[in-house]
Amino acid sequence: MEKKIVIKVENLVKAFGDFIAVDNISFEVYQGEIFGFLGANGAGKTTAMRMLCGLSTPTSGDAQIAGYDIYTNTEDIKKNIGYMSQKFSLYEDLTVKENIRFFAGVYGLDIKTIKRKSEELINTLGLNAEANKLVGSLPLGWKQKLAFSVAIIHEPKVVFLDEPTGGVDPVTRRQFWDMIYAASDKNITVFVTTHYMDEAEYCHRVSMMVDGKIEALDTPQGLKDTYHAQSMDQVFYQLARAATRSAD
Amino acid sequence: MRQLLAYIKKEFYHVFRDSKTLILLFGMPIVQILLFGFALTNEIKNSELIICDYSNNKTSEKLIEKFRANNNFLLKEVIYDDHDYNQIFRESKVKLIITLPENFEGDLIHQGKSTVLLTADASDPNTSNTLVVYATNILYDFQKEMSNNVILIPYTIDTSIRMMYNPELKGAYNFVPGVMSLVLLLVCVLMTSVSIVREKELGTMEILLVSPTNPLIIIISKAIPYFLLSIVNLTVILLLSTYLLDMPINGSLFLLYLASSILILTALALGLLISNVTNSQEAAMLISLMGMLMPTILFTGFMFPIENMPLPLQIVSNIVPSRWYFIIVKDVVIKGLGFASIWKEMLVLMGMAIFLLALSLKKFKTRLE
Repeated sequence: MEKKIVIKVENLVKAFGDFIAVDNISFEVYQGEIFGFLGANGAGKTTAMRMLCGLSTPTSGDAQIAGYDIYTNTEDIKKNIGYMSQKFSLYEDLTVKENIRFFAGVYGLDIKTIKRKSEELINTLGLNAEANKLVGSLPLGWKQKLAFSVAIIHEPKVVFLDEPTGGVDPVTRRQFWDMIYAASDKNITVFVTTHYMDEAEYCHRVSMMVDGKIEALDTPQGLKDTYHAQSMDQVFYQLARAATRSAD
Repeated sequence: MRQLLAYIKKEFYHVFRDSKTLILLFGMPIVQILLFGFALTNEIKNSELIICDYSNNKTSEKLIEKFRANNNFLLKEVIYDDHDYNQIFRESKVKLIITLPENFEGDLIHQGKSTVLLTADASDPNTSNTLVVYATNILYDFQKEMSNNVILIPYTIDTSIRMMYNPELKGAYNFVPGVMSLVLLLVCVLMTSVSIVREKELGTMEILLVSPTNPLIIIISKAIPYFLLSIVNLTVILLLSTYLLDMPINGSLFLLYLASSILILTALALGLLISNVTNSQEAAMLISLMGMLMPTILFTGFMFPIENMPLPLQIVSNIVPSRWYFIIVKDVVIKGLGFASIWKEMLVLMGMAIFLLALSLKKFKTRLE
């Protein structure tokens, strides 16, 4: 079966003065794939992701998201992607329902759809009792799950997750990954950065970024075979050890 | 449109959930009206003066010389026939007109008594009050000198005073427009800058910028709630001053609200500009308060008369938006003047609003670098 390419990156570079944060990276991501984007702190993951989301202009190179060029079609890209940032990305002083409705409104959904979607979402997350509570009062794990659901409320083609499970307990993390799989089953491509190597095992394919370059890209099993490693931890350690850049 | 509504709704939630902001928004005007209720007097120098001399003889010439020599006053002109005092006050910077009656010398010599009319522009009560006191003192001195020359009959000159626009010299007439300028400017600048910077700090701005929202919508939605709240605030101040301080509104309310809207727009643009150059709420607050509060208090003209300042400071005062607004409010509310007399100030404010809006829209970063 021919796999549909959703993210296509060619020789992408981002330089801040003399510092080359992202150094000539190229890769492809397929529809419905869960693509792990790994690297030590300061390796350039967030910068690369920001370029793909249209938050930052590349210095050189090309990229297409869902068939749209990142230089000329940023507006179309924005309609077709979801984004969940490292920092918490919902409004703490709005209730669960208000947050859902606001973000659905931002993506231009009509009132009927917004109503249906928010009920659906609240039911799936089991937040019925908390629907009218301020998001700030929810535990972190719930917030993150809600943030993810909100990021894909408009059924985007790609969702970018920047370290979505930071500070969340293992059980909630597992539940979070169940949601990622569910999204992937709906043909939403998931582009995720993480520090947790057990999470890397859950990805369909994983890329390893070192000093702004992509040093390895394969399935988790493929990487372990190549580097004669027992776990992704060991793969990561072997690659990251070679890094000359210090962590930020 | 649907997007814009979603944004505006969200901004209103932010405002109403934040009790501190609400207290600041509505507490400030009330506190300030009480605070600035205490009138401050200042020494005045080189205030423009016109003497209308109907008697035109040696005695009146002598008196005029005394005023010319006094450095509280700057004698602009001596006129010898009838003039519309209203027109003089409206069209020049003259704050006091002294009228010497036709038989000034005769009354003084034959009856030992004469009455001089002091007409003051009391829309700034502190200034007019002070000026009248100065003038009365000069007249008293003159009277003493005259009495020394003619030992037998002591001359007395009575002064009859007419305070125009604000006959009771109420402080409210001056500080209410001042508080209006201050509150509108500060609330708008502070609130917009903080609310935008807060989103940057929390990281929600990233999410908004990744969404297919026109940045203009983000900005407009930030501005609209504060614009409406400022109009409410303005109404509260006007109600307070009308019913609590007995300050009449002589001019057109529509004109006042129009001018206020322009000032609010200027302030919102300023807040936006501040939010573009700062990344933390504290910095935004500091710049808004330090950068705005002091110049506004100093250069609006309601605490310290601008005409007393050294020239460089007078020039600096021109870039403070509230200075122009203050003039408009005084002219409209107290003097009851119409559009014809404030269009210049309106134009200056409008120019400021457009310039600042254009600048801040241009600087608003749609990408994070």
